[in-house]
Amino acid sequence: MNRIHVLGLIPFIGMLGGMPFANKATPYVLGMPFLMFWIVLWVVLTSVVMAIINTIDPANQKEEI
Amino acid sequence: MNISMLITFAFLVAAILLAVRSGLGKKMSLEQWAVGGRGFGTVFVFLLLAGEFFTTFTFLGGSGMIYQVGSPAYYVLAYMTLAYVFSYYLLPPIWRYAKEHSIVSISDFFRSKYQSSSLGMLVSVVGIIASVPVVVLQLKGLGIIVSETSYGMISPILAVWIGTIAVTVYVMISGIHGAVWTAVIKDISIVLVVVFLGLYLPYHYYGGFQPMFEAVQAAKPAHLTLPEKGQSLSWVISTVLLTAVGFYMQPGLFAAALSAKSEKVFRRNTIVMPLYTLLLLFVFFVGYTAILQVPGLKGADGDLALLRLSLQTFDPWFIGVIGGVGLLTALVPTSVILLTIGTLFATNIYKPLTKTTNEVRVAKVAKLTVPVVAFIALYFVINGGNALYALLLMSFSLITQLFPALLLSLFPKNRINKYGASWGIIVGVSTVVYLTVTKTTLATLFPDLPQVVKDFNTGFIALILNIAVALLVTMATNKNLVQKDSITT
Repeated sequence: MNRIHVLGLIPFIGMLGGMPFANKATPYVLGMPFLMFWIVLWVVLTSVVMAIINTIDPANQKEEI
Repeated sequence: MNISMLITFAFLVAAILLAVRSGLGKKMSLEQWAVGGRGFGTVFVFLLLAGEFFTTFTFLGGSGMIYQVGSPAYYVLAYMTLAYVFSYYLLPPIWRYAKEHSIVSISDFFRSKYQSSSLGMLVSVVGIIASVPVVVLQLKGLGIIVSETSYGMISPILAVWIGTIAVTVYVMISGIHGAVWTAVIKDISIVLVVVFLGLYLPYHYYGGFQPMFEAVQAAKPAHLTLPEKGQSLSWVISTVLLTAVGFYMQPGLFAAALSAKSEKVFRRNTIVMPLYTLLLLFVFFVGYTAILQVPGLKGADGDLALLRLSLQTFDPWFIGVIGGVGLLTALVPTSVILLTIGTLFATNIYKPLTKTTNEVRVAKVAKLTVPVVAFIALYFVINGGNALYALLLMSFSLITQLFPALLLSLFPKNRINKYGASWGIIVGVSTVVYLTVTKTTLATLFPDLPQVVKDFNTGFIALILNIAVALLVTMATNKNLVQKDSITT
Protein backbone atom coordinates (compact mmCIF):
# COMPACT_ATOMS: atom_id res chain seq x y z
CA MET A 1 0.00 0.00 0.00
CA ASN A 2 2.80 2.39 0.92
CA ARG A 3 4.69 1.76 -2.28
CA ILE A 4 1.85 3.03 -4.48
CA HIS A 5 1.44 6.14 -2.35
CA VAL A 6 5.12 7.02 -2.74
CA LEU A 7 4.93 6.44 -6.50
CA GLY A 8 1.91 8.77 -6.66
CA LEU A 9 4.06 11.61 -5.33
CA ILE A 10 6.51 11.38 -8.24
CA PRO A 11 4.35 13.36 -10.74
CA PHE A 12 3.82 16.12 -8.16
CA ILE A 13 7.53 16.36 -7.36
CA GLY A 14 8.60 16.14 -11.00
CA MET A 15 6.10 18.56 -12.48
CA LEU A 16 5.93 21.16 -9.70
CA GLY A 17 9.22 20.58 -7.84
CA GLY A 18 11.15 20.73 -11.10
CA MET A 19 9.41 23.85 -12.35
CA PRO A 20 11.77 26.39 -10.68
CA PHE A 21 14.69 24.84 -12.60
CA ALA A 22 12.74 24.47 -15.85
CA ASN A 23 11.48 28.06 -15.92
CA LYS A 24 13.40 29.16 -19.03
CA ALA A 25 12.72 29.48 -22.76
CA THR A 26 15.90 27.80 -24.03
CA PRO A 27 17.09 25.25 -25.02
CA TYR A 28 14.25 24.37 -27.38
CA VAL A 29 13.27 20.70 -27.26
CA LEU A 30 11.12 19.22 -30.04
CA GLY A 31 10.46 22.78 -31.19
CA MET A 32 9.01 23.77 -27.81
CA PRO A 33 10.41 26.26 -25.29
CA PHE A 34 12.00 24.44 -22.37
CA LEU A 35 9.30 25.20 -19.78
CA MET A 36 6.55 23.96 -22.09
CA PHE A 37 8.58 20.86 -22.92
CA TRP A 38 9.10 20.17 -19.20
CA ILE A 39 5.36 20.18 -18.52
CA VAL A 40 4.58 18.03 -21.56
CA LEU A 41 7.33 15.60 -20.54
CA TRP A 42 5.77 15.21 -17.11
CA VAL A 43 2.28 14.73 -18.48
CA VAL A 44 3.62 11.79 -20.48
CA LEU A 45 5.72 10.48 -17.56
CA THR A 46 2.67 10.75 -15.29
CA SER A 47 0.79 8.46 -17.62
CA VAL A 48 3.70 5.99 -17.40
CA VAL A 49 3.82 6.23 -13.60
CA MET A 50 0.07 5.64 -13.41
CA ALA A 51 0.42 2.59 -15.65
CA ILE A 52 3.06 1.18 -13.27
CA ILE A 53 0.91 1.94 -10.22
CA ASN A 54 -2.05 0.25 -11.89
CA THR A 55 -0.05 -2.93 -12.47
CA ILE A 56 1.45 -3.24 -9.00
CA ASP A 57 -1.55 -2.08 -6.96
CA PRO A 58 -2.90 -5.14 -5.11
CA ALA A 59 -6.40 -3.59 -5.13
CA ASN A 60 -6.54 -3.95 -8.92
CA GLN A 61 -5.46 -7.58 -8.89
CA LYS A 62 -8.02 -8.43 -6.26
CA GLU A 63 -10.85 -7.31 -8.51
CA GLU A 64 -9.62 -9.21 -11.51
CA ILE A 65 -10.29 -12.60 -9.91
CA MET B 1 -27.07 36.00 -43.40
CA ASN B 2 -23.70 34.78 -44.64
CA ILE B 3 -22.37 31.30 -45.25
CA SER B 4 -20.37 31.02 -41.97
CA MET B 5 -23.43 31.92 -39.91
CA LEU B 6 -25.57 29.45 -41.84
CA ILE B 7 -23.14 26.63 -41.07
CA THR B 8 -22.82 27.61 -37.39
CA PHE B 9 -26.60 27.64 -37.00
CA ALA B 10 -26.88 24.33 -38.84
CA PHE B 11 -24.77 22.80 -36.03
CA LEU B 12 -27.14 24.29 -33.45
CA VAL B 13 -30.25 23.02 -35.21
CA ALA B 14 -28.69 19.55 -35.62
CA ALA B 15 -27.83 19.42 -31.91
CA ILE B 16 -31.37 20.39 -30.92
CA LEU B 17 -32.94 17.87 -33.33
CA LEU B 18 -30.69 15.13 -32.00
CA ALA B 19 -31.65 16.05 -28.47
CA VAL B 20 -35.36 16.02 -29.24
CA ARG B 21 -35.06 12.65 -30.97
CA SER B 22 -33.17 10.99 -28.10
CA GLY B 23 -35.67 12.36 -25.62
CA LEU B 24 -38.76 11.19 -27.54
CA GLY B 25 -40.63 8.14 -26.38
CA LYS B 26 -39.05 8.25 -22.93
CA LYS B 27 -41.17 9.21 -19.98
CA MET B 28 -39.20 12.06 -18.49
CA SER B 29 -39.16 11.64 -14.75
CA LEU B 30 -36.57 13.66 -12.86
CA GLU B 31 -34.25 10.70 -12.85
CA GLN B 32 -34.59 10.10 -16.59
CA TRP B 33 -34.07 13.76 -17.29
CA ALA B 34 -31.05 14.23 -15.03
CA VAL B 35 -29.11 10.98 -14.94
CA GLY B 36 -30.64 9.07 -17.82
CA GLY B 37 -32.17 6.62 -15.35
CA ARG B 38 -28.57 5.59 -14.54
CA GLY B 39 -28.57 3.58 -17.75
CA PHE B 40 -25.31 4.83 -19.22
CA GLY B 41 -22.35 2.54 -19.71
CA THR B 42 -18.74 3.31 -18.96
CA VAL B 43 -18.05 4.78 -22.39
CA PHE B 44 -20.82 7.35 -22.10
CA VAL B 45 -19.72 8.26 -18.59
CA PHE B 46 -16.18 8.71 -19.84
CA LEU B 47 -17.43 10.93 -22.66
CA LEU B 48 -19.44 13.08 -20.28
CA LEU B 49 -16.41 13.40 -18.00
CA ALA B 50 -14.10 14.21 -20.89
CA GLY B 51 -16.76 16.53 -22.28
CA GLU B 52 -16.64 18.62 -19.16
CA PHE B 53 -13.10 19.67 -19.68
CA PHE B 54 -13.26 20.11 -23.44
CA THR B 55 -15.30 23.20 -23.11
CA THR B 56 -15.31 26.69 -24.48
CA PHE B 57 -12.59 27.26 -21.96
CA THR B 58 -10.24 24.90 -23.74
CA PHE B 59 -11.15 26.35 -27.07
CA LEU B 60 -11.17 30.11 -26.48
CA GLY B 61 -9.95 30.55 -22.90
CA GLY B 62 -6.81 28.45 -23.33
CA SER B 63 -5.66 30.32 -26.41
CA GLY B 64 -6.84 33.59 -24.85
CA MET B 65 -4.76 33.07 -21.72
CA ILE B 66 -1.65 32.28 -23.79
CA TYR B 67 -2.29 35.41 -25.85
CA GLN B 68 -2.84 37.56 -22.78
CA VAL B 69 -0.27 36.31 -20.25
CA GLY B 70 1.65 33.45 -21.90
CA SER B 71 3.18 30.62 -19.88
CA PRO B 72 1.04 30.80 -16.72
CA ALA B 73 -1.62 29.12 -18.90
CA TYR B 74 0.39 25.88 -18.65
CA TYR B 75 -1.11 25.51 -15.18
CA VAL B 76 -4.18 24.01 -16.86
CA LEU B 77 -2.17 21.09 -18.25
CA ALA B 78 -0.42 20.56 -14.91
CA TYR B 79 -3.50 20.68 -12.70
CA MET B 80 -5.57 18.34 -14.84
CA THR B 81 -2.79 15.76 -14.95
CA LEU B 82 -2.21 15.94 -11.20
CA ALA B 83 -5.95 15.90 -10.49
CA TYR B 84 -6.10 12.48 -12.16
CA VAL B 85 -3.14 11.23 -10.12
CA PHE B 86 -4.84 12.43 -6.96
CA SER B 87 -8.15 10.88 -7.99
CA TYR B 88 -6.50 7.46 -7.97
CA TYR B 89 -6.38 7.66 -4.18
CA LEU B 90 -9.35 9.92 -3.53
CA LEU B 91 -12.16 8.41 -5.61
CA PRO B 92 -12.17 4.72 -4.60
CA PRO B 93 -13.03 5.33 -0.91
CA ILE B 94 -15.67 7.89 -1.92
CA TRP B 95 -17.14 5.53 -4.50
CA ARG B 96 -17.27 2.60 -2.03
CA TYR B 97 -19.01 4.67 0.63
CA ALA B 98 -21.44 6.11 -1.93
CA LYS B 99 -22.30 2.64 -3.20
CA GLU B 100 -22.95 1.29 0.29
CA HIS B 101 -25.28 4.18 1.12
CA SER B 102 -26.75 4.67 -2.40
CA ILE B 103 -25.50 8.25 -2.65
CA VAL B 104 -25.84 10.12 -5.94
CA SER B 105 -24.53 13.62 -5.28
CA ILE B 106 -21.84 15.45 -3.33
CA SER B 107 -24.54 17.00 -1.20
CA ASP B 108 -25.91 13.56 -0.18
CA PHE B 109 -22.37 12.49 0.60
CA PHE B 110 -21.86 15.26 3.15
CA ARG B 111 -25.32 14.77 4.61
CA SER B 112 -24.71 11.09 5.16
CA LYS B 113 -21.11 11.39 6.42
CA TYR B 114 -21.85 14.14 8.90
CA GLN B 115 -25.44 13.10 9.67
CA SER B 116 -26.64 16.63 9.02
CA SER B 117 -29.20 17.65 6.42
CA SER B 118 -28.40 21.33 6.89
CA LEU B 119 -24.77 20.62 5.95
CA GLY B 120 -26.06 18.79 2.87
CA MET B 121 -28.05 21.88 1.96
CA LEU B 122 -25.06 24.15 2.52
CA VAL B 123 -22.97 21.99 0.19
CA SER B 124 -25.66 22.27 -2.49
CA VAL B 125 -25.67 26.04 -2.14
CA VAL B 126 -21.86 26.17 -2.45
CA GLY B 127 -22.00 23.84 -5.45
CA ILE B 128 -24.58 26.05 -7.15
CA ILE B 129 -22.70 29.29 -6.41
CA ALA B 130 -19.43 27.81 -7.68
CA SER B 131 -21.12 26.61 -10.87
CA VAL B 132 -22.41 30.05 -11.82
CA PRO B 133 -18.99 31.43 -12.92
CA VAL B 134 -18.61 28.35 -15.14
CA VAL B 135 -22.01 28.94 -16.77
CA VAL B 136 -21.04 32.60 -17.21
CA LEU B 137 -17.80 31.46 -18.84
CA GLN B 138 -19.60 29.19 -21.30
CA LEU B 139 -22.27 31.76 -22.22
CA LYS B 140 -19.60 34.37 -22.72
CA GLY B 141 -17.76 31.98 -25.02
CA LEU B 142 -20.98 31.28 -26.92
CA GLY B 143 -21.54 35.00 -27.39
CA ILE B 144 -18.01 35.46 -28.73
CA ILE B 145 -18.46 32.59 -31.17
CA VAL B 146 -21.81 33.74 -32.52
CA SER B 147 -20.78 37.37 -32.93
CA GLU B 148 -17.35 36.62 -34.45
CA THR B 149 -18.60 34.02 -36.94
CA SER B 150 -21.29 36.45 -38.07
CA TYR B 151 -18.41 38.79 -39.07
CA GLY B 152 -19.73 41.37 -36.63
CA MET B 153 -23.29 41.38 -38.02
CA ILE B 154 -24.65 40.24 -34.66
CA SER B 155 -23.52 42.40 -31.74
CA PRO B 156 -21.85 40.59 -28.80
CA ILE B 157 -24.76 41.40 -26.47
CA LEU B 158 -27.39 40.09 -28.89
CA ALA B 159 -25.18 37.05 -29.51
CA VAL B 160 -25.10 36.24 -25.79
CA TRP B 161 -28.89 36.50 -25.64
CA ILE B 162 -29.24 34.11 -28.57
CA GLY B 163 -26.74 31.72 -26.97
CA THR B 164 -28.47 31.74 -23.59
CA ILE B 165 -31.89 31.09 -25.08
CA ALA B 166 -30.49 28.28 -27.25
CA VAL B 167 -28.86 26.54 -24.28
CA THR B 168 -31.94 26.90 -22.10
CA VAL B 169 -34.29 25.50 -24.73
CA TYR B 170 -31.85 22.70 -25.42
CA VAL B 171 -31.58 21.62 -21.77
CA MET B 172 -35.31 21.92 -21.10
CA ILE B 173 -36.17 19.70 -24.05
CA SER B 174 -33.51 17.07 -23.80
CA GLY B 175 -32.06 16.63 -20.34
CA ILE B 176 -28.96 14.50 -20.22
CA HIS B 177 -29.91 12.31 -23.21
CA GLY B 178 -29.24 15.20 -25.52
CA ALA B 179 -25.97 15.98 -23.76
CA VAL B 180 -24.58 12.48 -24.22
CA TRP B 181 -25.29 12.26 -27.94
CA THR B 182 -24.05 15.74 -28.66
CA ALA B 183 -20.99 14.95 -26.52
CA VAL B 184 -20.01 12.15 -28.89
CA ILE B 185 -20.17 14.36 -31.98
CA LYS B 186 -18.59 17.26 -30.16
CA ASP B 187 -15.60 15.28 -28.89
CA ILE B 188 -14.73 13.92 -32.30
CA SER B 189 -15.12 17.23 -34.10
CA ILE B 190 -13.28 19.33 -31.50
CA VAL B 191 -10.27 17.02 -31.59
CA LEU B 192 -10.12 17.28 -35.39
CA VAL B 193 -10.51 21.07 -35.45
CA VAL B 194 -8.09 21.78 -32.59
CA VAL B 195 -5.35 19.52 -33.91
CA PHE B 196 -5.74 20.96 -37.40
CA LEU B 197 -5.59 24.58 -36.21
CA GLY B 198 -2.67 23.88 -33.87
CA LEU B 199 -0.61 22.32 -36.65
CA TYR B 200 -1.70 24.43 -39.61
CA LEU B 201 -1.52 27.95 -38.19
CA PRO B 202 2.11 27.87 -36.90
CA TYR B 203 3.26 26.29 -40.19
CA HIS B 204 1.22 28.69 -42.30
CA TYR B 205 2.58 31.82 -40.63
CA TYR B 206 6.05 30.77 -39.48
CA GLY B 207 6.92 27.50 -41.22
CA GLY B 208 7.08 25.53 -37.96
CA PHE B 209 6.83 25.54 -34.18
CA GLN B 210 10.34 26.56 -33.29
CA PRO B 211 10.42 29.56 -35.69
CA MET B 212 7.10 30.67 -34.22
CA PHE B 213 8.35 30.44 -30.63
CA GLU B 214 11.57 32.23 -31.61
CA ALA B 215 9.59 35.06 -33.15
CA VAL B 216 7.49 35.34 -29.99
CA GLN B 217 10.62 35.22 -27.87
CA ALA B 218 12.16 38.07 -29.85
CA ALA B 219 9.06 40.25 -29.61
CA LYS B 220 7.64 39.27 -26.22
CA PRO B 221 10.28 37.31 -24.25
CA ALA B 222 8.11 37.22 -21.11
CA HIS B 223 5.47 35.05 -22.81
CA LEU B 224 7.58 31.88 -22.81
CA THR B 225 8.50 31.75 -19.12
CA LEU B 226 6.79 32.51 -15.84
CA PRO B 227 7.08 36.13 -14.66
CA GLU B 228 8.96 37.26 -11.53
CA LYS B 229 5.82 38.45 -9.82
CA GLY B 230 2.07 38.18 -10.22
CA GLN B 231 1.34 34.90 -11.98
CA SER B 232 4.80 33.71 -10.99
CA LEU B 233 6.20 30.32 -10.11
CA SER B 234 4.60 30.28 -6.67
CA TRP B 235 1.27 31.37 -8.17
CA VAL B 236 1.35 28.50 -10.66
CA ILE B 237 2.38 25.90 -8.10
CA SER B 238 -0.19 26.99 -5.50
CA THR B 239 -2.93 27.27 -8.13
CA VAL B 240 -2.16 23.83 -9.53
CA LEU B 241 -2.32 22.25 -6.07
CA LEU B 242 -5.53 24.08 -5.19
CA THR B 243 -7.32 23.19 -8.42
CA ALA B 244 -6.01 19.62 -8.54
CA VAL B 245 -7.58 18.77 -5.16
CA GLY B 246 -10.72 20.78 -5.94
CA PHE B 247 -11.25 19.16 -9.36
CA TYR B 248 -13.60 16.38 -8.28
CA MET B 249 -15.47 18.62 -5.83
CA GLN B 250 -17.32 20.04 -8.85
CA PRO B 251 -20.84 18.65 -8.40
CA GLY B 252 -21.08 17.46 -12.02
CA LEU B 253 -17.78 15.61 -12.00
CA PHE B 254 -18.43 14.17 -8.54
CA ALA B 255 -21.76 12.76 -9.69
CA ALA B 256 -20.28 11.42 -12.91
CA ALA B 257 -17.53 9.66 -10.94
CA LEU B 258 -20.12 8.01 -8.72
CA SER B 259 -21.88 6.56 -11.74
CA ALA B 260 -18.81 4.49 -12.67
CA LYS B 261 -19.40 0.75 -12.78
CA SER B 262 -16.51 -0.16 -10.49
CA GLU B 263 -13.69 1.62 -8.72
CA LYS B 264 -11.34 0.11 -11.24
CA VAL B 265 -12.83 2.32 -13.97
CA PHE B 266 -11.24 5.49 -12.63
CA ARG B 267 -8.01 3.73 -11.69
CA ARG B 268 -7.63 2.74 -15.34
CA ASN B 269 -8.71 6.18 -16.53
CA THR B 270 -5.73 7.76 -14.76
CA ILE B 271 -3.45 6.26 -17.42
CA VAL B 272 -5.26 7.69 -20.45
CA MET B 273 -6.69 10.96 -19.14
CA PRO B 274 -3.31 12.78 -18.72
CA LEU B 275 -2.49 12.06 -22.36
CA TYR B 276 -5.91 13.36 -23.40
CA THR B 277 -5.07 16.72 -21.80
CA LEU B 278 -2.17 17.11 -24.23
CA LEU B 279 -4.74 18.26 -26.81
CA LEU B 280 -4.56 21.57 -24.98
CA LEU B 281 -1.09 21.93 -26.41
CA PHE B 282 -2.55 22.54 -29.86
CA VAL B 283 -4.75 25.26 -28.43
CA PHE B 284 -1.64 26.84 -26.89
CA PHE B 285 0.08 26.78 -30.30
CA VAL B 286 -2.83 28.72 -31.76
CA GLY B 287 -2.59 31.26 -28.93
CA TYR B 288 1.14 31.75 -29.52
CA THR B 289 0.62 32.17 -33.28
CA ALA B 290 -2.02 34.82 -32.62
CA ILE B 291 0.25 36.99 -30.43
CA LEU B 292 2.09 38.54 -33.40
CA GLN B 293 -0.48 37.88 -36.14
CA VAL B 294 -3.54 39.55 -34.57
CA PRO B 295 -1.92 42.03 -32.17
CA GLY B 296 -3.77 44.60 -30.12
CA LEU B 297 -6.47 42.56 -28.35
CA LYS B 298 -6.49 44.04 -24.86
CA GLY B 299 -7.42 42.37 -21.58
CA ALA B 300 -10.43 40.05 -21.74
CA ASP B 301 -10.51 40.54 -25.53
CA GLY B 302 -7.63 38.06 -25.63
CA ASP B 303 -10.35 35.40 -25.67
CA LEU B 304 -11.10 36.47 -29.25
CA ALA B 305 -7.56 35.50 -30.36
CA LEU B 306 -8.35 32.08 -31.85
CA LEU B 307 -11.35 33.28 -33.84
CA ARG B 308 -9.73 36.51 -35.02
CA LEU B 309 -6.72 34.58 -36.29
CA SER B 310 -9.01 32.08 -38.03
CA LEU B 311 -11.02 34.91 -39.60
CA GLN B 312 -7.98 36.36 -41.29
CA THR B 313 -6.70 32.94 -42.39
CA PHE B 314 -9.64 30.87 -43.65
CA ASP B 315 -12.62 31.07 -46.00
CA PRO B 316 -16.04 31.84 -44.50
CA TRP B 317 -17.32 28.26 -44.80
CA PHE B 318 -14.52 26.97 -42.57
CA ILE B 319 -15.16 29.77 -40.07
CA GLY B 320 -18.68 28.37 -39.95
CA VAL B 321 -17.34 24.91 -39.11
CA ILE B 322 -15.08 26.29 -36.36
CA GLY B 323 -18.01 28.29 -35.03
CA GLY B 324 -20.31 25.27 -35.09
CA VAL B 325 -17.84 23.07 -33.25
CA GLY B 326 -17.18 25.87 -30.78
CA LEU B 327 -20.91 26.14 -30.23
CA LEU B 328 -21.13 22.44 -29.38
CA THR B 329 -18.26 22.75 -26.88
CA ALA B 330 -20.29 25.36 -25.05
CA LEU B 331 -23.64 23.59 -25.36
CA VAL B 332 -22.70 20.22 -23.86
CA PRO B 333 -20.89 21.27 -20.66
CA THR B 334 -23.37 24.05 -20.01
CA SER B 335 -26.30 21.69 -20.26
CA VAL B 336 -24.60 19.19 -17.91
CA ILE B 337 -23.87 21.94 -15.39
CA LEU B 338 -27.37 23.41 -15.62
CA LEU B 339 -28.85 19.94 -15.15
CA THR B 340 -26.69 19.35 -12.09
CA ILE B 341 -27.67 22.70 -10.60
CA GLY B 342 -31.35 22.02 -11.30
CA THR B 343 -31.33 18.61 -9.65
CA LEU B 344 -29.20 19.80 -6.72
CA PHE B 345 -31.60 22.63 -6.03
CA ALA B 346 -34.78 20.58 -6.41
CA THR B 347 -33.76 17.46 -4.47
CA ASN B 348 -31.39 18.88 -1.86
CA ILE B 349 -32.80 22.33 -1.14
CA TYR B 350 -36.42 22.56 -2.33
CA LYS B 351 -37.47 19.08 -1.23
CA PRO B 352 -36.15 19.14 2.37
CA LEU B 353 -37.30 22.75 2.89
CA THR B 354 -40.87 22.21 1.72
CA LYS B 355 -40.98 18.59 2.96
CA THR B 356 -42.89 17.70 -0.21
CA THR B 357 -43.22 14.12 -1.37
CA ASN B 358 -44.66 15.12 -4.71
CA GLU B 359 -41.98 13.91 -7.17
CA VAL B 360 -43.70 15.55 -10.15
CA ARG B 361 -43.41 18.92 -8.49
CA VAL B 362 -39.74 18.33 -7.60
CA ALA B 363 -39.02 17.49 -11.24
CA LYS B 364 -40.83 20.66 -12.32
CA VAL B 365 -38.75 22.75 -9.90
CA ALA B 366 -35.55 21.17 -11.25
CA LYS B 367 -36.53 22.17 -14.78
CA LEU B 368 -37.57 25.68 -13.78
CA THR B 369 -34.22 26.23 -12.05
CA VAL B 370 -32.47 25.94 -15.44
CA PRO B 371 -33.75 29.17 -17.04
CA VAL B 372 -33.47 31.04 -13.73
CA VAL B 373 -29.78 30.16 -13.36
CA ALA B 374 -29.14 30.75 -17.07
CA PHE B 375 -30.51 34.27 -16.87
CA ILE B 376 -28.68 35.07 -13.63
CA ALA B 377 -25.51 34.01 -15.46
CA LEU B 378 -26.55 36.15 -18.46
CA TYR B 379 -26.71 39.16 -16.15
CA PHE B 380 -23.09 38.58 -15.09
CA VAL B 381 -21.99 38.04 -18.70
CA ILE B 382 -23.35 41.41 -19.71
CA ASN B 383 -22.18 43.27 -16.60
CA GLY B 384 -18.82 41.66 -15.83
CA GLY B 385 -15.61 42.15 -17.76
CA ASN B 386 -13.55 39.17 -16.63
CA ALA B 387 -11.51 37.01 -18.99
CA LEU B 388 -12.62 33.38 -19.27
CA TYR B 389 -9.69 32.03 -17.26
CA ALA B 390 -10.36 34.41 -14.36
CA LEU B 391 -13.90 33.00 -14.08
CA LEU B 392 -12.64 29.43 -14.04
CA LEU B 393 -10.13 30.25 -11.29
CA MET B 394 -12.84 31.85 -9.14
CA SER B 395 -15.10 28.82 -9.47
CA PHE B 396 -12.28 26.55 -8.34
CA SER B 397 -11.39 28.71 -5.32
CA LEU B 398 -15.02 28.41 -4.23
CA ILE B 399 -15.54 24.71 -4.77
CA THR B 400 -12.20 23.71 -3.22
CA GLN B 401 -13.57 24.94 0.12
CA LEU B 402 -15.52 21.66 0.31
CA PHE B 403 -12.34 19.64 0.13
CA PRO B 404 -11.03 19.71 3.75
CA ALA B 405 -14.31 18.51 5.25
CA LEU B 406 -14.64 15.82 2.59
CA LEU B 407 -11.08 14.55 3.02
CA LEU B 408 -11.31 14.46 6.83
CA SER B 409 -14.59 12.54 6.63
CA LEU B 410 -12.85 9.73 4.76
CA PHE B 411 -10.59 8.88 7.69
CA PRO B 412 -11.77 6.26 10.19
CA LYS B 413 -11.80 8.85 12.98
CA ASN B 414 -12.98 12.25 11.78
CA ARG B 415 -11.27 15.16 13.51
CA ILE B 416 -14.13 17.60 12.86
CA ASN B 417 -17.87 17.40 13.50
CA LYS B 418 -20.80 18.80 11.51
CA TYR B 419 -20.61 22.21 13.16
CA GLY B 420 -16.91 22.49 12.38
CA ALA B 421 -17.44 21.37 8.78
CA SER B 422 -20.33 23.82 8.22
CA TRP B 423 -18.61 26.86 9.72
CA GLY B 424 -15.33 26.04 8.00
CA ILE B 425 -17.07 25.95 4.62
CA ILE B 426 -19.04 29.14 5.32
CA VAL B 427 -15.90 31.04 6.37
CA GLY B 428 -13.89 29.68 3.43
CA VAL B 429 -16.50 30.59 0.83
CA SER B 430 -17.13 34.04 2.34
CA THR B 431 -13.38 34.70 2.29
CA VAL B 432 -13.14 33.82 -1.41
CA VAL B 433 -16.10 36.04 -2.25
CA TYR B 434 -14.69 38.92 -0.19
CA LEU B 435 -11.20 38.62 -1.69
CA THR B 436 -12.61 38.40 -5.23
CA VAL B 437 -15.01 41.31 -4.90
CA THR B 438 -12.46 43.62 -3.25
CA LYS B 439 -9.63 42.31 -5.47
CA THR B 440 -7.52 41.68 -2.35
CA THR B 441 -4.40 39.52 -2.58
CA LEU B 442 -1.70 38.63 -0.08
CA ALA B 443 0.38 41.34 -1.73
CA THR B 444 -2.12 44.07 -0.88
CA LEU B 445 -2.75 42.71 2.63
CA PHE B 446 0.89 42.26 3.62
CA PRO B 447 3.12 44.25 1.25
CA ASP B 448 6.22 43.32 3.26
CA LEU B 449 6.05 39.58 2.73
CA PRO B 450 8.59 38.01 0.37
CA GLN B 451 7.39 37.87 -3.27
CA VAL B 452 7.19 34.07 -3.19
CA VAL B 453 4.52 34.17 -0.48
CA LYS B 454 2.72 37.21 -1.89
CA ASP B 455 1.90 35.43 -5.14
CA PHE B 456 0.18 32.49 -3.49
CA ASN B 457 -3.29 31.89 -4.90
CA THR B 458 -5.75 33.62 -2.60
CA GLY B 459 -7.84 30.44 -2.48
CA PHE B 460 -5.17 29.22 -0.07
CA ILE B 461 -5.88 31.95 2.48
CA ALA B 462 -9.53 30.90 2.42
CA LEU B 463 -8.56 27.23 2.71
CA ILE B 464 -6.35 27.85 5.76
CA LEU B 465 -9.06 29.92 7.49
CA ASN B 466 -11.55 27.21 6.58
CA ILE B 467 -9.51 24.46 8.26
CA ALA B 468 -8.68 26.61 11.31
CA VAL B 469 -12.33 27.50 11.89
CA ALA B 470 -13.42 23.89 11.37
CA LEU B 471 -11.00 22.66 14.03
CA LEU B 472 -11.79 25.47 16.50
CA VAL B 473 -15.57 25.11 16.18
CA THR B 474 -15.25 21.36 16.58
CA MET B 475 -13.26 21.79 19.78
CA ALA B 476 -15.72 24.33 21.17
CA THR B 477 -18.84 22.31 20.35
CA ASN B 478 -17.36 19.02 21.55
CA LYS B 479 -16.57 20.61 24.91
CA ASN B 480 -20.16 21.83 25.19
CA LEU B 481 -21.48 18.40 24.36
CA VAL B 482 -19.25 16.82 26.99
CA GLN B 483 -20.43 19.37 29.55
CA LYS B 484 -24.06 18.72 28.67
CA ASP B 485 -23.45 15.02 29.03
CA SER B 486 -21.91 15.43 32.46
CA ILE B 487 -24.81 17.60 33.60
CA THR B 488 -27.43 15.14 32.48
CA THR B 489 -25.66 12.15 33.99
